[in-house]
Amino acid sequence: MVPLSELHVGEVGVVQVLSGGRGVVSRLAALGFTPEAEVRVMQNFGRGPLIVSVRDTRIALGRGEAGKIRVLKKEAVR
Amino acid sequence: MKKSPSFVSHRNRLESVVEQGVPDNGDTPPSSKTITVALAGQPNVGKSTVFNVLTGLNQHVGNWPGKTIEQKVGTCHYEDTTVTIVDLPGTYSLSANSPEELIAREYIICEQPDVVAVIINAAALERNLYLLAELLALPSPVVVGLNMVDVANHEGMKVEPEVLQAALGVPVVSMVATRNEGVGDLVEAIVRLAVGDLPYEPKVPEIRPDHKDVLAELRALCDGHVPEPYPPEWVALKLLEGDREVTRTMEAHLPDAIWLKVHAVLRAHEDAVVDVAGGRYEWIGRMTRAALVRPRVGQVTFTDRLDRVATHPLWGLLLLAGMLGVVFGLTYTIGMPLQDWLDTAVIGGLADLAGNLLSKAPVWLRSLVIDGVLGGAGMVVTFLPILLIFFAVLGLLEDMGYMARAAYVMDRFMHLMGLHGKSFMPLFLGFGCSVPAVVGTRIIESRRARLLTVLLAPLVPCSARMAVLALLAPAFFGPAAPLVSWGLILLSLLVLALSGVVLNRVLFRGRRAAFIMELPLYHLPNWRTIGLLVWQRTVEFLKKAGTIILAISVLIWAFSRLPYGEVETSLLAGLGRLLAPVGGLMGLDWRMMVALLTSFVAKENSVATLGVLFGSAEFTVGGGSGQLTELLRSTLTPAAGLAFLTVQMLFIPCAATVAAIRQETGSWKWVGLSMGFLLVVSFGTAIGIYQLAGLVGV
Repeated sequence: MVPLSELHVGEVGVVQVLSGGRGVVSRLAALGFTPEAEVRVMQNFGRGPLIVSVRDTRIALGRGEAGKIRVLKKEAVR
Repeated sequence: MKKSPSFVSHRNRLESVVEQGVPDNGDTPPSSKTITVALAGQPNVGKSTVFNVLTGLNQHVGNWPGKTIEQKVGTCHYEDTTVTIVDLPGTYSLSANSPEELIAREYIICEQPDVVAVIINAAALERNLYLLAELLALPSPVVVGLNMVDVANHEGMKVEPEVLQAALGVPVVSMVATRNEGVGDLVEAIVRLAVGDLPYEPKVPEIRPDHKDVLAELRALCDGHVPEPYPPEWVALKLLEGDREVTRTMEAHLPDAIWLKVHAVLRAHEDAVVDVAGGRYEWIGRMTRAALVRPRVGQVTFTDRLDRVATHPLWGLLLLAGMLGVVFGLTYTIGMPLQDWLDTAVIGGLADLAGNLLSKAPVWLRSLVIDGVLGGAGMVVTFLPILLIFFAVLGLLEDMGYMARAAYVMDRFMHLMGLHGKSFMPLFLGFGCSVPAVVGTRIIESRRARLLTVLLAPLVPCSARMAVLALLAPAFFGPAAPLVSWGLILLSLLVLALSGVVLNRVLFRGRRAAFIMELPLYHLPNWRTIGLLVWQRTVEFLKKAGTIILAISVLIWAFSRLPYGEVETSLLAGLGRLLAPVGGLMGLDWRMMVALLTSFVAKENSVATLGVLFGSAEFTVGGGSGQLTELLRSTLTPAAGLAFLTVQMLFIPCAATVAAIRQETGSWKWVGLSMGFLLVVSFGTAIGIYQLAGLVGV
């Protein structure tokens, strides 16, 4: 299980656990970051914010927020 | 039993919504057939386009009572029924994560609209249905407006509205609001649902089996203690989700012994919030299984292609710089000349006219009209052409979905100040005028980040400050003026960045708001939406100019005339003399300090005041004068000139902005803090520059 922020572009993670304050967790969960949801990393330059795609939506996440989403890496489909 | 203050105030707030012009159908006889609809939806679903198509100019823009969040109410007609449409704020869910979400659910629960119409983006169906899952737990019947079907098709997705309707058990209307397709069907569905003419058997999402018992326990514990009109089932669910507002309300309403039990249950299920959300998404999965056909995996869409440039750390920044360049280009080639023309021809003409009409009137009255009203509030209005350019371009970029990318690209830089990308948009607006910049901070969710942005916004050089700079820099520096001007603009931005870093550390102990932002799909702009947006922003600005800005202009004018009718002997001049010792530290005499103080009415006033104080009476705000240039050059050293321009750039903003700060922060404490902070920063920087110039012997 790794933080979402450690995935590379094109990789897909399956959400396992959300950590952090209740407000952030609640917002992330409402946007679709719930256990078993698949998240594809669209942009990650190793620092600064990331862009991920979850449930047909592109979402910009601060690196801190992305670190609070722990995922299981899924083998690349392509 | 303790009484909940929050609940009572909600009720009052909602009652005043009704007073503000929402006809309450409960009070009107049934024969007139008026129904009330709440328009709900997540952000970026085209909800405002739907609202605009439905109501046209037949809408009223105000604020939700006690909040700085915009409230739009409009009406439309279907056969003999008048439909009052209340546009709820765009929200992803109905948890109390933001004031918007609180407003939306309080409205639905307390006002109980006849129908809730939820607008859904077909291109992000699952996430959008999350809001529906929450809405179905509330009493009002719901209609789904399946919008942006064209965008979904473009992304390779197919949604079958009939299949979705059958699965959900609620009416689903397919629409493309930007092309005015299906909007009429939506109204029809709303009216028919309101009169019970449509089948309505919603499949309400249920909680996951593993939490069923806990929910039932909470429900039983709260039984008989849930204040009207909150649905007890919903209250229990929100308690389980750890909802702050509901928890607070129930803590106040439950007897202590029961609250302790509830509290213990909640402690044992602290992680339930994710499970409840997960349960809703499982329900959504079941609802959409048959109705949604997805594109092939790995298909590169239009948005993906554009984003390769627009969100790239380097190319994205260059693209943004290019767009800002266009805005500035338009401002200089069209906005500034128009502003100049309004200033000299219209305000100047009106001043001449007033002078003639009032030639027999007392001097003070003439001065009040010409210097107070026209020179203060009138001056602010002349900046409208520049603002229109800003409103239009920013509205266009927002509507196309680009602004979120700009925020994303800027996030790295805003990060340093403890802000995130969203603060960039209002700050950028500040180059046009600080008033809309301060008002524009509303888009920032976290109060902390919003306050910090409000504090920083006046440090962005507004077009009025730049106009003064353009007028005075040549007076002090001749041919070197452009260089000095650019240097001062850069200095302002540097001071802004440093202030951000320091304020964040001192006031907010370095905490940083979470950056979670949707990047909507790009789509073609809707001119109607942009036009209405520009129109509403303009009306809002003019309203401010005609009321609070006018009042404060007149007040400051009075201070600059009382008690003997002369600027030189006025209260304001007295204050300028008091400040002379501070001015001495930057080589400025009392006249320069008074010029600075009068810039509080409107920034351009400092030029006019200099004209008066240096006895160059013909010098007016708009026109140039060689005489003043000579006088200033002979009075001030270049170092003092630089210090004056510096303090002018960073000084407390004009009265209009102060009024806006008061409105947006809702407290004089923050106004005081902002003013104090800017005084320290502007004087500190100017003194530093003057002393430094002295050291190097300029």
